Amino acid sequence: MLLIECPYCGERPELEFVYGGQAHIARPQNAPDLSAQAWSDYLYQRDNTKGIHAERWRHTHGCGRFFNALRDTTTDHFIAIYKVGEAAPAALKTRKVAL
Amino acid sequence: MNGALRVDAGGRINRARPLRFTFDGHELTGFEGDTLASALLANGVHLVGRSFKYHRPRGILAAGSEEPNALVAVRRDDARYTPNLRATQVELYDGLEAHSQNRWPSLSFDIGAVNDLLSPFIPAGFYYKTFMWPRSAWKSLYEPRIRAAAGLGESPTQADPDRYSNRYVHCDVLVVGAGPAGLAAASAAADVGARVILCDEQSELGGSLLGEPDGARAPQIEGERASAWLTQTIDTLTRNPRVSLLPRTTAFGYFPHNLVGLNQRLTDHLANPHPDSPRERQWQVRAQEVVLATGAIERPLVFPGNDRPGILLAAAARTYVNRYGVIPGSRAVVITACDEAYRAALDLHDAGVFIATIADVRAQAYGPLAERARRAGLPVQTLTTLVGTSGRLRVNAVQLARIGDDGKVIDGVQTMPCDLVLMSGGFTPSVHLFSQSRGKLAWDDKAQSFVPAQSAERVRSAGSCRGTFALAAVLEDGASAGSAAAGDAGFANTARRPAVPAADPAIGAYAGALPQPGESTGHKAFIDWQNDVTTRDLALATREGFRSIEHIKRYTTTGMATDQGKTSNLNALGFVSRQLDKPIPEVGLTTFRMPYTPVTFGAFAGFARGDLFDPTRTTPTHDWAARNGAVFEDVSLWKRARYFPRNGEAMHAAVARECLAVRKGCGIFDASTLGKIEVVGKDAVTFMNRMYVNAWTSLAVGRSRYGVLLRDDGFIYDDGVVARTAEDRFHVTTTTGGAARVLAMMEDFVQTEWPDLSVWLTSTTEQWAVIAVQGPHARRVLEGLVEGIDISAQAMPHMSVAPGRICGVPMLLFRVSFTGELGFEVNVPADFGLAVWEAIHAAGQQHGITPYGTEAMHVLRAEKGYIIVGQETDGTVTPDDAGLAWAIGKSKPDFVGKRSLQRPAMAAADRKQLVGLFTADSQVVLDEGTQVMLERDQRPPVRPLGHVTSSYYSPVLSRSIALALVAGGRARMGEALYVSTPNGDVPVQVTSPVFYDSEGARLNG
Ligand SMILES: [Zn+2]
Repeated sequence: MLLIECPYCGERPELEFVYGGQAHIARPQNAPDLSAQAWSDYLYQRDNTKGIHAERWRHTHGCGRFFNALRDTTTDHFIAIYKVGEAAPAALKTRKVAL
Repeated sequence: MNGALRVDAGGRINRARPLRFTFDGHELTGFEGDTLASALLANGVHLVGRSFKYHRPRGILAAGSEEPNALVAVRRDDARYTPNLRATQVELYDGLEAHSQNRWPSLSFDIGAVNDLLSPFIPAGFYYKTFMWPRSAWKSLYEPRIRAAAGLGESPTQADPDRYSNRYVHCDVLVVGAGPAGLAAASAAADVGARVILCDEQSELGGSLLGEPDGARAPQIEGERASAWLTQTIDTLTRNPRVSLLPRTTAFGYFPHNLVGLNQRLTDHLANPHPDSPRERQWQVRAQEVVLATGAIERPLVFPGNDRPGILLAAAARTYVNRYGVIPGSRAVVITACDEAYRAALDLHDAGVFIATIADVRAQAYGPLAERARRAGLPVQTLTTLVGTSGRLRVNAVQLARIGDDGKVIDGVQTMPCDLVLMSGGFTPSVHLFSQSRGKLAWDDKAQSFVPAQSAERVRSAGSCRGTFALAAVLEDGASAGSAAAGDAGFANTARRPAVPAADPAIGAYAGALPQPGESTGHKAFIDWQNDVTTRDLALATREGFRSIEHIKRYTTTGMATDQGKTSNLNALGFVSRQLDKPIPEVGLTTFRMPYTPVTFGAFAGFARGDLFDPTRTTPTHDWAARNGAVFEDVSLWKRARYFPRNGEAMHAAVARECLAVRKGCGIFDASTLGKIEVVGKDAVTFMNRMYVNAWTSLAVGRSRYGVLLRDDGFIYDDGVVARTAEDRFHVTTTTGGAARVLAMMEDFVQTEWPDLSVWLTSTTEQWAVIAVQGPHARRVLEGLVEGIDISAQAMPHMSVAPGRICGVPMLLFRVSFTGELGFEVNVPADFGLAVWEAIHAAGQQHGITPYGTEAMHVLRAEKGYIIVGQETDGTVTPDDAGLAWAIGKSKPDFVGKRSLQRPAMAAADRKQLVGLFTADSQVVLDEGTQVMLERDQRPPVRPLGHVTSSYYSPVLSRSIALALVAGGRARMGEALYVSTPNGDVPVQVTSPVFYDSEGARLNG
């Protein structure tokens, strides 16, 4: 069970959280005009990172807030926790959805 | 023979406290401080079980938790019957009842032993190769037979009546293992003020020190005998309030972020456990720093016939003599590749055991221990291997052979009678927990073992679990690990070191099979005792092309028993390495998984069983429904009244009566479980337009609409009536099971996609009691109760919503129907739900008001073709598939799922569409989930057109009805299709999914 530091509440056990998948995948603003390929990429294509992964968590059984985290998938250690809307800390390459 | 096989004094048993116990019904005696294994050996019992596959007679190999052979069942009563316990870990208590396993009719004469003779026909991969065909025979024939013939213990026949508790705890330093390294580490950390937990799987703290001789031959620590140092060290730790000592506590798993699972056995060692005491306690320890002092396990040697009773690990025999005062045999042969065996030989010699010879496979044995053995007059033969053993139920002789300078075995064997064989292939560091923590291992050539290298967590290893074996070095290693751990946890790092004289270093280790003559003796050489895996099995696997150790493991099952290969993995690796002619590090290592030793299921369940297994949610009218005879069903966590049988009615009769009451008079139904979300804010309507498919801008205050929610993949996720109660406020209802996930999805969009929207979401599911009053008389029932609202057909048409009061309490009244009849849903604060329900029920008596349950609700809605999300939908159903395309706001620029609905495949004519089915025989009720087919009695493979999603008997229509998803269904109206039933395929006619009142006249009444 991971220990996760909610940016609003502090360190809490994983039981209080729900995983939210890969971070920084914004829903396209112009969804109805997107090509099938671009829409499919948005819907279904996710990284399967070995190493540092930007991901979303929600403190469901706490403040209810979503936030982002960088986690090393080889060790499960968190490298950074940051709020929704903030850029991932440097040195991380995030995949952009082709628009 | 009671007590005959004990030394007169010494050891950690209490000779003043004899304990009676039985083994397979034989009454025996041991002493307080004994394990079942030591007590059996003291009674001369070496044969304790039969092996898994070949039913070979097996004895006690080890003295600790690594024991692969001596698995027994301990019985207190029919429910308290624990199979597969290691006799080496079962503490003796007065009256203990133990049974051997895997034998019939008796341990000494076991019919299943014929498997041993048949073994040429049961090679590795036998199951995979032999029982392939026919497929049906696997379940009916092969599996039951294999299960009856193989396998170990039997399950208890009754539910576990014991209690199990659990505890979460934080500490600065967790020390796993209370041998010399662990004690030194815990002391060092405790000395500087750290909160320390020290756990050990054994009944006493002390680890390997417990197996050392006392008195003149005792090892010295800090100028005193090890036993005295042990007593004093434990005493100091016990008096420190910041230290928790947990004996009988196994660290079974290492989880991320330094969470370590401990399983503490509280009562298994007691003759009469207190009835209120939990049997076990599971600890979840979150430690700042962890010190692993888990020790090392002696490695057996692999030679033909190495599994006979009477063949023990050398260090285990030493423990039996020194700790338990047991003499495990009278005439011993020692076979070794490690100096430690000389120590065992010396201790046994001192206890009066005749050492016939010490056979050392190495060319040289000139370490201090070997010299001491020679000085004591013990015969030592180097370059000697063991090529065979004899003795049916206990070893009675061994065959030794010389190894030439070329490493090959020289012809000619020397037979040596004995009743005890001690073997040592060196020690394997216990890196299980370290490896579970994702730490990296490195190969240590000297110890022929993997040792911890790179930590992934805040963990360090100390002592023999990292290949440090000499006592002095172990103590120093433990103390410095404890100091460093405390330092990293924020305390002073004072390198405290106990002063110990230099001890004999243990040198030598062996991985693989001992050299054998070219001619095979035909005897099995076991690598994995518990799963009966031999050198021949591993050789077969490599011959058949297996290269990866992970594949070889699965093919041969080596290391896959409950002992997880504690004694076998390194020998398997060594053997395979030689077969493949690749160094061991290149062969690789299999994954270590939790639990270290088996853990009782009850310990994981803890208090979460029976009534506490899951929370139960009840509605405000629950007790009323129970009093009125309701039969409940579980809907997610809710208890919902399914039907209200009267006078012993069967379910179908009660449901028919309830349905007709709603159609002809009036019914009352508790709909409180519907999810309710209040969507509030100046952007509430924008938010709703983006989330739901419907157009919300045009919805007037005081009106409601059926809303459909998709995922972005275009498939239906949820549905429900949504009312606009103010310009900036929507009362959104969801399905009962979907309430939480719909709110989570909304929150996701609000927080992460559209943070610019001014909108707030609040779950109000449990704040409202919802009482549905449905049927032609519904208005008359409510007329006298409702205050402040004109509920006439003109003033309050279908789908209108109005605030008011009822019975003096505030109310939100919906004119809404899930039955197709004139209907209302009375929403009142939950605390008033029961009183209002009772008032409506009383007022409805003159109109024949009838409480109905979820079953009647299902029938009534199916008669109207109303879908239930999760029943008519399965995550692949679009609004159009379900006949709900009309709900979509066509002019909206976007909503969740819109882009996906534009995909050509989503409009394909052959998509499965919701239709009704009428069986040709109106009284046949189809099974839900059954396939719908184009033709009758097709031969497989059959490609079905779809499946039945809902099926009921409709009382008002006096016939069966069914909803189905059928490919191109709407174009098949009137067509005849077929649905399978237990009595064969039956014809059905495709029809509209609306079976009753398709014009909606009753709804608008
Ligand atoms: Zn929080």
